[in-house]
Amino acid sequence: MTANTVIAQSGKPLIRSRAVRRFFSNRLALVGLLMVLTLTVACFIGPHLLAFDELYIDLRARFAPPGTGGHIFGTDPLGRDIAARLFHAGQISMAVGFAVMVIATTVGSVVGVVSGYYGGKVAAVLMRIVDAFLSFPSVFLLLALAAFIQPGPVMIAVIISATSWMEVARIVEAEVKSLRNQDFIMAAHMLGLSGRWIMFRELLPNALGPIIVAATLTVARAILLEAYISFLGYGIQPPLPSWGNMLNGAQQYLASAPWLAIVPGVAITIAVTGFNLIGDGLRDAFDTRSKG
Amino acid sequence: MLRYILSRLGQSLILLLIVSFIGFIVLALAPGGPLSQFALSPGMTQEQIDKIAAQMGLDRPVVVQYFDWFRHMLTGDWGTSYRDGQPVLRVIGSHLFATLLLMGTAITISVTLGSAIGIASALRQGSFFDHTAMVAAMVALSIPTFWFGLIAIYVFSLNLRWLPAGNMYTVGDGSVLDYARHLVMPALVLALVDVAVWSRYMRTSTLNVINQDFVRTARAKGLTRRRVLFKHIVGNSLVPMVTLAGLQLPLVLGGALVTETVFTWPGMGRLFLDSLGYSDYPVVMGLLMASALLVLIGNLAADLVVAFLDPRIRLD
Repeated sequence: MTANTVIAQSGKPLIRSRAVRRFFSNRLALVGLLMVLTLTVACFIGPHLLAFDELYIDLRARFAPPGTGGHIFGTDPLGRDIAARLFHAGQISMAVGFAVMVIATTVGSVVGVVSGYYGGKVAAVLMRIVDAFLSFPSVFLLLALAAFIQPGPVMIAVIISATSWMEVARIVEAEVKSLRNQDFIMAAHMLGLSGRWIMFRELLPNALGPIIVAATLTVARAILLEAYISFLGYGIQPPLPSWGNMLNGAQQYLASAPWLAIVPGVAITIAVTGFNLIGDGLRDAFDTRSKG
Repeated sequence: MLRYILSRLGQSLILLLIVSFIGFIVLALAPGGPLSQFALSPGMTQEQIDKIAAQMGLDRPVVVQYFDWFRHMLTGDWGTSYRDGQPVLRVIGSHLFATLLLMGTAITISVTLGSAIGIASALRQGSFFDHTAMVAAMVALSIPTFWFGLIAIYVFSLNLRWLPAGNMYTVGDGSVLDYARHLVMPALVLALVDVAVWSRYMRTSTLNVINQDFVRTARAKGLTRRRVLFKHIVGNSLVPMVTLAGLQLPLVLGGALVTETVFTWPGMGRLFLDSLGYSDYPVVMGLLMASALLVLIGNLAADLVVAFLDPRIRLD
């Protein structure tokens, strides 16, 4: 018997196709998917359809209200087109979100599978570190980190990941712990497979459902956190636009130019709601216990 | 019970040690560091910088610095602020009340409102109300707190002129009513996310209880709907929520930081940002510790309350 048949016996492909069907019959999840797709298409195609470049400064057109002078979302205090900046910022904010998803999910999965598989002292130490990271309000830790780094998109993604990997670690650890004593893992042990093989080829694939759910929710969380720290001035730095730093400074013009605050905030809310809805839909789809 | 309390207390202390170590390392390894401001001033020689480092004890290995700091912290000496030379603990203490007032109000709002929505949704599972409430909760979860604050200021302060746009009280007034008027908006803004989280979990928790045997028994023995609801369902579905209240603390505290910034609320969040701007490391470290301490105490309290309510847990 080879390792592949061991995996096949656990019967996951069948469940996964059922999960896909359940996901696509969930109306809210589809709405979420639609929101994310629309926003993504807008952010990547939008800039090519607009008459203005996101860095083009026109001081005669400062604070143009939405819809005037060909600026669909108006202009900012430097006369730059908000729509162009919004779409460009969307590319950056979503890229940060996906980078965080990849980094945080990888780190969290490795920590989770190692402590779940080995248990004992290894798990005690690793999971206490997880608890410790969870004890900080992530915005505090994030700002403390952000104040000392070169704030490019890559570093921002790295530090957001540093405050986002713990949930995945906890989920994977719990999942692996419950799988560890099942027959197919016993069989893998008897076949003499290495610990690394069992962890990453047997245990991890079987915990894939919860990991995918957590990863989706991580994107939502990362977009929010990027917005928080960029709004406070410690995130992605202008002239590079991000949804968060477009809101930085919007407060002082709230009375005269409210669109500066409204437009990027709506974009963030749509993106985050979209990813959250998808994550919730995936959770329902993978959860074999709940009905529907 | 005593044994359970002691073991949880021990765990919390170990966690505090790890937490403070992580915080210390993060700040110590940061490039720049507390001496970078001197390096920028012209006429400063490396020799002078080294001298200042030696005076401040920054030339020692990080681990030695950490244990020195930790020993002092346990005795209540959290260092002195670089900015104004005041003891860190006093600086934090003078901002603690504002944050606790804001957080306390927000948590009270979210617990009452969130529980009510969650229970109502669960009792009418699948109804129009249930769907609307859960979609609303999802959107509320996804709105950036600071942005919601900006919109609230735009609507209620700038346009309707109902409420003040910031600060904790009007200079020269300071009556309870004046505080309340300043508190309403930031507290509601901060509560928004938490209401959403709370109502979602409360709904799940209530659904779990509704389907249990003892609820059926209570109904079968002819108790009124109201009695079953308040005596059997609400009480039991609140137990797991106590733990959640503890786990939610970091989120609320993080939310308080941005809410305070938007509403110029004189709490720990504003202090944190100001101190970061001034590279005031002792205060930044003190605030990281204070926030983690608040979270640890909250979680400990939540666990003890749950153990008190549910005897099964402390017997484990």
